[in-house]
Amino acid sequence: MYDIKALYEAESVEHAVRLLTEHPEAQIIAGGSDVLVQMREGKRAGKELVSIYMIDEMRGVSYEEDETIRIGSLTSFSHITKDPIIQKHIRVLGEAVDMVGGPQIRNIGTIGGNTCNGVTSADSASTLFAWDAQVELTGPEGVRRLPIQEFYIKAGVVDLRPGELQTAILIPKKCYEGYAGHYIKYAMREAMDIATTGCSVNVKLSEDKKMVEDVRIAYGVAGPVPMRASLAEETLRGKPVSPAAVKEFAETVLEDIRPRDSWRASKAFRQHIAVVLAERACKESIRRAGGEINA
Amino acid sequence: MYVGKKVTRVDAYDKVIGRTRYTDDLCDKSAYIVKILRSAIAHGKVVSMDTSEAEKIPGVVRVFTCFDVKEKHYFPTAGHPWSTDPSHQDVADRLVLTEEVRFYGDDIAAVVAEDEVSAAQALRAIQVEYEEYPFVLDVQEAMKEGAPQIHKDYPHNILKHTTIRKGNYEEAIKEPGLRKVEGWYETPTVQHCHIENFICYAEMEGDRITVVSSTQIPHIVRRVVGQALGVEWGRIRVIKPYIGGGFGNKQDVLYEPLCAWLCMQLGGHLVKIDIPREDTFASTRVRHAIRSHIISWVRPDGTYAARKLEAYSDQGAYASHGHSIVAKGAGAFPQLYPCENVEVDAYTVFTNKSVAGAMRGYGIPQAMWAVECHTEDVAAALGMDPVAFRRQNLMPVGYTDPFSKNELYYDTFNQCLDQAMEAIDYKRKFREYQNQTGEIRRGIGLAMFWYNTAVWPISLETSSCRMVLNQDGSLQVQLGETEIGQGADTAYTQMTADVLGVPLEYVHVVSCQDTDVTPFGTGAYASRQTYTAGFAIRQTALLLKERILKYAQELTRMPPYNLDIVDGKIVRITDGRILMTLGELAAEALYSLNHSQHLSAESTSQIKSNAYSFGCTIAEVEVDIPMCKVKLLDIVNAHDAGKLINPALAEAQVHGGMSMGIGFGLSERLLFDEKSGRALNPNLLDYKLSTFMDHPRLKAVFVENPEPTSAFGTKALGEPPACSVAPAIRNAVCQATGVAVNEAPVNPHTLFRRFTEEGLL
Repeated sequence: MYDIKALYEAESVEHAVRLLTEHPEAQIIAGGSDVLVQMREGKRAGKELVSIYMIDEMRGVSYEEDETIRIGSLTSFSHITKDPIIQKHIRVLGEAVDMVGGPQIRNIGTIGGNTCNGVTSADSASTLFAWDAQVELTGPEGVRRLPIQEFYIKAGVVDLRPGELQTAILIPKKCYEGYAGHYIKYAMREAMDIATTGCSVNVKLSEDKKMVEDVRIAYGVAGPVPMRASLAEETLRGKPVSPAAVKEFAETVLEDIRPRDSWRASKAFRQHIAVVLAERACKESIRRAGGEINA
Repeated sequence: MYVGKKVTRVDAYDKVIGRTRYTDDLCDKSAYIVKILRSAIAHGKVVSMDTSEAEKIPGVVRVFTCFDVKEKHYFPTAGHPWSTDPSHQDVADRLVLTEEVRFYGDDIAAVVAEDEVSAAQALRAIQVEYEEYPFVLDVQEAMKEGAPQIHKDYPHNILKHTTIRKGNYEEAIKEPGLRKVEGWYETPTVQHCHIENFICYAEMEGDRITVVSSTQIPHIVRRVVGQALGVEWGRIRVIKPYIGGGFGNKQDVLYEPLCAWLCMQLGGHLVKIDIPREDTFASTRVRHAIRSHIISWVRPDGTYAARKLEAYSDQGAYASHGHSIVAKGAGAFPQLYPCENVEVDAYTVFTNKSVAGAMRGYGIPQAMWAVECHTEDVAAALGMDPVAFRRQNLMPVGYTDPFSKNELYYDTFNQCLDQAMEAIDYKRKFREYQNQTGEIRRGIGLAMFWYNTAVWPISLETSSCRMVLNQDGSLQVQLGETEIGQGADTAYTQMTADVLGVPLEYVHVVSCQDTDVTPFGTGAYASRQTYTAGFAIRQTALLLKERILKYAQELTRMPPYNLDIVDGKIVRITDGRILMTLGELAAEALYSLNHSQHLSAESTSQIKSNAYSFGCTIAEVEVDIPMCKVKLLDIVNAHDAGKLINPALAEAQVHGGMSMGIGFGLSERLLFDEKSGRALNPNLLDYKLSTFMDHPRLKAVFVENPEPTSAFGTKALGEPPACSVAPAIRNAVCQATGVAVNEAPVNPHTLFRRFTEEGLL
């Protein structure tokens, strides 16, 4: 039994915007795998809810005209994992969201909910950061798009204006074409767990696969919100593929990330793991991109 | 014959299709909902409470605070048989609601409402004013001079200190040429995590109170509710339906007294307490965290000259099962590897933490962690093979405990070791995994365990049974020993069918215990159900059989000694002729116009014996050193539980225990905030209960040496599977990396620290 003041069911994006404008205090609920847990804990008890779960136009993965990949915000984790477009271009995203919770959660949980929640540990977020994703927000003023890094304001807070909802996540062609990536979720269990640290890396190699043309790396739980490790990226960008270069790249992440001590894990431990993950995820990305690098 | 066969669980189909009804399914929807207000400090006194806002919330019936408890009936909670000797009674230190706060999460008020939402809202609306005292979370800190005093009658917070002295330790260590091996070993606070949280409901009929509870121990709950309310025990009726696991947490009286008390305050209205998972973690019971210090003095030939153990058991805030836990582990120490000169000091100490009670293994998993980590360290210090060193020192065949009269009748330890080693290909792997280098390494390790069935002679062992014959020859069987998921009802069915000589489907074990109806028995604990109930079942079935054959004499004119019951038929054994079916006899007996008789039997069996139940675990791991992670590749448990009543259920029992041991060894730990005493991770996300994705295929092998003292040759298997898993994993990690981890769980945080200390990172 949940302490819900009222529930409004939106039938379309436009209807959702109207409901959110009429009920400014209302909380958006999609799959409910976070919101209902918080209500049970008393954190959002007694709130009005606007459910967007029935808005099918917000589901599915497709190409836009310019071949930007568009992921409807209501697309469930399990649908993303099995989607052919994702499998073809951003396999790592399908793999990352396949590490969320357990099968039931992956069937109900949505990528929009995962990112709008604003938590640093979200399994989809670090990969979206690492692929320069954009979010599409629809509100009373119309539609706007912004880079996912700007969408996250601080822990638990995202840039959702009054009456606005996230309607899609977009990955432009230049951000995915030619890239291959790998995500490592570091958790205490093999399932049903939250990341202690999550690391998503992707690379674009030169035609002969000997040179790292581009590399992108992002972390979850290395700071209050998901983050890129830009200094580390710079050390490897344009370098020949080599274990030493990857090692330097991995060690440089310590200059980027800001993990903290908590009862969940010590700062020293998180730092150590962040370096190990960077090295391993980078090597695996290089292999996936067709490069050769030893363990 | 059914004993020894893999017959299907009697409750399997109903449980699989969801027809089985548990406490919450049985409770009428008119029940008032109770939510308990927990203290938000670890130690202090409730000065005042303002419930006015809470009481205004629509749907709230009443709010009861600790100040409403006018008659203070302190009660004990441990699910031990009562002792009529006051010196052997459990400590009575609980009240239904308390002003004196002793841990973060103590029960200080209860909201009664018409629904859950109003109850939850009311809980948040109560204002509490406390007087705060300093608190202490560490056992050894709690024993220090000047530490916060948690209970007034226990100086230095020591609930109990017991010793074992054998030979002369101080003299023995003077022997020249001895090698001293010393270590501190620590186990974490863990929780049972039974699927069904604790739940109960109560209502009154006349002046009697009925409590339906998810418990392992209905007859004990009756007594304790009577004590807590200050009413005659016979006025309390306790009903135990099917339960979703207990693992010892429900071998404690938890919230039945509060539920019954609230029911009485409300004129007998139906009230339900359904404890949420968070409170199940922090405010029911946990396993005692035990810190052990072991010193061994060993001769170069690998024999022990003298040994010493100090064990500090973290009781948490209230006595519950108290010292029994560490005492059981301490008792194992001089026995598993006997030595002429032994000193043991066991302390149970109060701290301002969640209350520790019974949990599967009852002190033995903690003791085996200390002893088997240490044994590995001793073998390593001597440069001896870990298997050979153990074989040389293990309890010998014929060893008899002078107190319990338990005897090791067979070469159980070596047989179990042999079987486990073969099942996991130990020798080859051990050889291959010596002296590895690189980031990812493998290892294999073992641990033995000591365990004993039942509680005699420390306390009462009794079992009562009733059998009632129906018109068609089928029968009901009732026992005070409870089905808690382990398959007891199925084992009882098999036993009854064999002794009485009827087909399995004739036997209906009444699963539900009702203290008004069910014969007296103390419930499910101490891995005693099959052993203990076996005596009462055999005795009662023989009694019923005697009555049936006596009645058969009237109908057949044959002397009873020439008759038998075979497969549900009355057979003349002299020529094997079937004279009538049991159904024909039973119908005649009930409806006879000459001599009608309700054929039934009831008897009590007091048990004054007890049996050892030993075995071992071997685990194989892969350690990823930079990732500080252990992957369990393979694991096997070997047990001598005597003759198995049902090998399929036995295997399932072992799998469950191994899973619990894996969590204990690798991932589980309930954490407490140093600044507030609050449990930090009381939920199934942050408390790392292992999932089946963390398990390899679990293997169980058995050595079936029939237990001579037992009614069916069987003995304990409920708790033993959880006893040796964790140290076996630790020893495997030690072989892989050369790093000894003395603090369970062997999780990435601990490994990061240890690998850093040892220079591996």
